[in-house]
Amino acid sequence: MTEQSTNWEPKIIAFLCNWCSYAGADLAGVSRFQYPSNIRIVRVPCSGRVSENMILSALKSGADGILVSGCHPGDCHYISGNYFARRRFALLSNLLDFIGVEPGRVNFSWVSASEGEQFAEVVQGVTEKVKALGSASRLVKKIDALETELQVA
Amino acid sequence: MPTINEIVSEEIRAQARKLLEEGTVAAVIGYAAGTLPMTVRPLVVRSPEDCSKLIWNTFCVLNLANYLPATLKSVEPPRGPRDPKPEGPLPKVAICATGCWSRNIVVQTQEHQVDRDRVVVMGVGSRGMVSRRKVEAIFSGKEILKVEEGDHELIVQGADFSETINRWSVVRDNCQTCTHPDPVLVDVRIGEPVSERKPPNPFIQVEKIEQKTVDARWAWFTEEFSTCIRCYACRNACPLCYCPTCFVDDAKPQWVGKSLDAVDTGLFHVLRAYHCAGRCTDCGTCETVCPMGINMRMLTKKLNKDVLNLYGIEAGMQPDAPLPLTTYAMDDPQKFMANEVAPVPSMAPATLGHRGPVPGSVKEGK
Repeated sequence: MTEQSTNWEPKIIAFLCNWCSYAGADLAGVSRFQYPSNIRIVRVPCSGRVSENMILSALKSGADGILVSGCHPGDCHYISGNYFARRRFALLSNLLDFIGVEPGRVNFSWVSASEGEQFAEVVQGVTEKVKALGSASRLVKKIDALETELQVA
Repeated sequence: MPTINEIVSEEIRAQARKLLEEGTVAAVIGYAAGTLPMTVRPLVVRSPEDCSKLIWNTFCVLNLANYLPATLKSVEPPRGPRDPKPEGPLPKVAICATGCWSRNIVVQTQEHQVDRDRVVVMGVGSRGMVSRRKVEAIFSGKEILKVEEGDHELIVQGADFSETINRWSVVRDNCQTCTHPDPVLVDVRIGEPVSERKPPNPFIQVEKIEQKTVDARWAWFTEEFSTCIRCYACRNACPLCYCPTCFVDDAKPQWVGKSLDAVDTGLFHVLRAYHCAGRCTDCGTCETVCPMGINMRMLTKKLNKDVLNLYGIEAGMQPDAPLPLTTYAMDDPQKFMANEVAPVPSMAPATLGHRGPVPGSVKEGK
């Protein structure tokens, strides 16, 4: 998280559900849709598996952006996982906005397994948003600063 | 003429004595006088003789529901972790409860922490509790030795002063915006019922922060929580925090660092508040017990506001309804989604990955 250089590229952690969005990402690859290579995919069984702990700990560890993507409502492999997730994400995204984390850092989307092109679009959009925001500083733990402090002391 | 709270105290003592003598309950949770002015101690009374220690005043700020699960457990006959539940009904516990605490008991019942049949709620209509911090701020630099309480005023006395102040002016922020002061569960009524309050805007304190810009909100957040010393008093005083292992104590993975780093303290407060989403009744205990005077209640109040606006639920008000985060509706708002488009298609295309049921075929809620 040093100064932003001209060729800075954001790191975006994407939590993709195994049944839809991960397959969507796969389809995007197989179909040769271009999308930015800034995302680092974490495959999760369901968007309902993604807890606030995981999102915030990714931010804490220096992710510039987060994308959580699951099946469209009604399409969940586990019938209702994404409905529960939707309630939790709505509250979390409002709470993060409330404490002043820039809107656009933490993103949520629905992408189905057949939507390779849409997946590429979502990633494109999220990457542009995060690039415009610059590297993350809020809720990011600055380990470098701590280490320097320890060395000085 | 006795004050309202003196009458309530007397009634609590009489009812507690009656319940214990009858053998209806094995213990009564209430308050005893504290050792310092403007303080009270939570007290579990187990014999009728001790009932004279019970009091009720305007400084009863600790949430008694916090002590309910442990007290219920303590009156059960001793047994090992794998021993079967003893036959027959288990002993009951009586607890003094105002509006917010009774709603906490509802939430505890919904979450199976408390067996409603074993609880006798002694319902007290709350007139708002006084913040010791606010009184001390008025008399900053002076030592307060005694505070006498009238119905609408407090007589604050020190070594060389005695002043009368208006009670409502020093009532806690959460009580000032409270809408449900009267208990939702009442088995034994203490004192007079209190009518619903209609403050012009119960979320005014939250909205003041919401109106700021993103950067100003971040500045508020970092400033507000910068003094946190991670004593976890807010967690320990909260009746909602009963996990055997709290997320802050998790070591692998360590979600939140244990240091006083601003990010670690900030994350602790965000997650602590978030875990109370849809369950918090705004009893204000977290804020009251904070030794640093941090207004962490703003985070939970913001979540309360969203839960009410998005899902129309107030924690503890509907004992038979599921908790907001344990249920869902097909048409929950999803404006926050990055690719929020037209409503859900009526028929899912039959392609790989579409293994879920067709929308509309899923039963709503559980």
